[in-house]
Amino acid sequence: MKFLPLVWKNIWRKKTRTIFTLMILFIAFFLYGVLMAIRMAFTFGVDIAGIDRLVLINKISLIMPLPISYLPRLQATPGVEIATHNSWFGGYYQDPSNFFAQIVVEPEPFMTIYQEYELPPEQMQAWRNDRQGAVVGRGLAERFEWSIGDRVPLIATIWQPKGGGQTWEFNIVGIYDGGEGVDTTQFFFRYDYLDENRAGGQGAIGWFVVKVADPSQSQAMAAGFDEMFANSSAETKTTTEKGFVEGFAKQMGDIGAIVIAILTAVLFMFGLNVANTMAQSVRERTNELAVLKTVGFSGPTILLLVMAESLFVTLLGGGLGLLVSWMFVQAGDPTGGMLPIWALPARHVVLGVALLVLLALAAGWMPAWGAMRLRITDALRRA
Amino acid sequence: MRWLRQTLAVTLLNLRTVPGRLGSSAVAIVGIAGVVVVFVSVLSIAAGFTAAMQQSGSPDRALVMRTGADSEMTSGLGGPDVDLIKQAPGIAREGQMPLASGELYVIIDLPKKSTPESGSNVPMRGIEPLGMRVRDEVSLIEGRMLQFGTNEVVVGRGAHAQFVNLDVGTEVRSGQNTWRVVGIFEAEGGVAESEIWADARTLQSVYARGNSYQSALVRLESTQAFDAFKDWVTTNPQLNVMVRRENEYYAAQSRALSTLIRGLGFAIAFLMGIGAVFGAILTMYTAVATRAREIATLRALGFNTGSVLVSVLGESIALAAIGGAIGGIAAYLGFNGYQTSTMNFQTFSQVAFAFRVTPALLIMGIVYALMMGLVGGLLPAIRAARLPIPSALREL
Repeated sequence: MKFLPLVWKNIWRKKTRTIFTLMILFIAFFLYGVLMAIRMAFTFGVDIAGIDRLVLINKISLIMPLPISYLPRLQATPGVEIATHNSWFGGYYQDPSNFFAQIVVEPEPFMTIYQEYELPPEQMQAWRNDRQGAVVGRGLAERFEWSIGDRVPLIATIWQPKGGGQTWEFNIVGIYDGGEGVDTTQFFFRYDYLDENRAGGQGAIGWFVVKVADPSQSQAMAAGFDEMFANSSAETKTTTEKGFVEGFAKQMGDIGAIVIAILTAVLFMFGLNVANTMAQSVRERTNELAVLKTVGFSGPTILLLVMAESLFVTLLGGGLGLLVSWMFVQAGDPTGGMLPIWALPARHVVLGVALLVLLALAAGWMPAWGAMRLRITDALRRA
Repeated sequence: MRWLRQTLAVTLLNLRTVPGRLGSSAVAIVGIAGVVVVFVSVLSIAAGFTAAMQQSGSPDRALVMRTGADSEMTSGLGGPDVDLIKQAPGIAREGQMPLASGELYVIIDLPKKSTPESGSNVPMRGIEPLGMRVRDEVSLIEGRMLQFGTNEVVVGRGAHAQFVNLDVGTEVRSGQNTWRVVGIFEAEGGVAESEIWADARTLQSVYARGNSYQSALVRLESTQAFDAFKDWVTTNPQLNVMVRRENEYYAAQSRALSTLIRGLGFAIAFLMGIGAVFGAILTMYTAVATRAREIATLRALGFNTGSVLVSVLGESIALAAIGGAIGGIAAYLGFNGYQTSTMNFQTFSQVAFAFRVTPALLIMGIVYALMMGLVGGLLPAIRAARLPIPSALREL
């Protein structure tokens, strides 16, 4: 502890060098935070998808509908806590480039299964009472500046209204929030409104969601459902919701691997910079270190001094970078609502700090070891 | 002239001393090379995707979809509509037959080779017998054409490479139905190569579509015939459709994703570039510090400050050029032609494509590297030029 002033002095003996090293570390760990958020955005929140929820889609492909008549059979299956169905609406607001997800749901079971969507009870009540009611995520509401009571027209691409035209009208009755990693860019509206007013396809739904009582039975129950509907005109493929989201994310290509590759490059090249700077600054001080040893500093103390220096510089620069990247992510999605999820969870921050410490050790180790082994006579003679 | 000769002499002298400072020079080179690799390879993803989508369409083909549909996936046309569209003026004919094909565009769930445990949305197209004649760039490279009226399919080259079990002679189970692969085709690198083609009639019954299609693709007599065709089709009161040139349709579909990738590529490369510039500054400061006495001596001998300044900049730019070249070569060797596939969000279906490290991207990478070298060398160069001669000479 009492050597802290010495460490501090050593760090600032060449101001320019230290400042640039700090800035390099800052950039490296700012990039780390942002890249981790990007990686998360492209995996569609797979981390929060439930394993106690099963998703049943048509075996031929996701776009093929399933008959709603399957629902009572699912509900009657032992071990099923609650079952419901959803559909993809695929419309847009004003312009086709305004992409966001619109999901057709049954409000009651849907909000029971998806506890992560937080909706005030009075808004839920309003939804029950309004057939044209729609509940939207906070992020989506902010993107289009919608508030409760607004009437919003959506242009259909798949489901034409019975009355002709392309437009479906909705009343915004609720705005839901969600914790970290919850997609708040979705638009939910009622199935009965769609089914009564669409020109065709009555009774067709997109997929079923089943909440099972015992998650350890998920796999067995999934197999059971597929067997139940085998050899029918619409066979099913059942996966856990987690598996479903993972599969969907994988279809984008391995964004995760690309991001990790970029991060490795970033940490390697900037780590090299830091290591080189440390080595240089110790090399320049060979004389001083020898003097310290002469006045009685032990080898291990010298090692610790150099390590402390490396640790301090790395944690200061990288830590600031990490902090700023966290604030940047908190400030909101930079694409203005195109990314469904934009978050930097705490465990990624912790991983970042761990990487910082590792980097500090890797960068400081060689020069610190050299300083510890320094032989006074050799070092002083060199001068 | 004299100034130039001096500058050249000092710069060359300077460069000859670089091997003595190999360690820190290598750090700057690695930094800049790293930025260039990331920059070029991320942009090569966007370039490859855009290329695949843009090679797909031809301006002398027109795609007809229902009004309001944003892609073939969400469109729908009745059988009679398609028959009517085939009578429009401006369509190229072969004898009496209009070169037009009523088509279905659906998804079939098949595993990717890279992720065999989970399914992916492979696009499947139902075509009419003239569908192959409408697309003159398509040719079979293995096996034979499918027989219409059966459950035979031909598979695009990209789909064959990306997805499990699509060799000629294999059978693909999908729901209650079995498809038989009889051929593999190529389409000059276009997005059709990601697709599986079947008989539209067979597909109608498998996907319970009755007598309906999703789009109609027609070959025009010439690119100028587009307007006549479009006017006739869109003003016909029996039809509720829109018409787009096929190349424009695909270009519009690729825009969102390639803009996103390119934006990310530039942003990441920009941030990394700042870091690399700081690295270069550190390296060059070190270089100037170690050569302080030498520089002071030169100046004492009468070399002017300009030549000293240029010599430091020259070293920094030379290091950057080496870094840029290494980065460009690494990106080219590592990623050019890398086969992959991603999801096209307009249709939720897979597009197979290859990364393309184009000459333009390589030049951009090198230019970026040189800029980093220039910016990184500037401050140290100014310091070198301003070095006070007496104290620098006195220094140990």
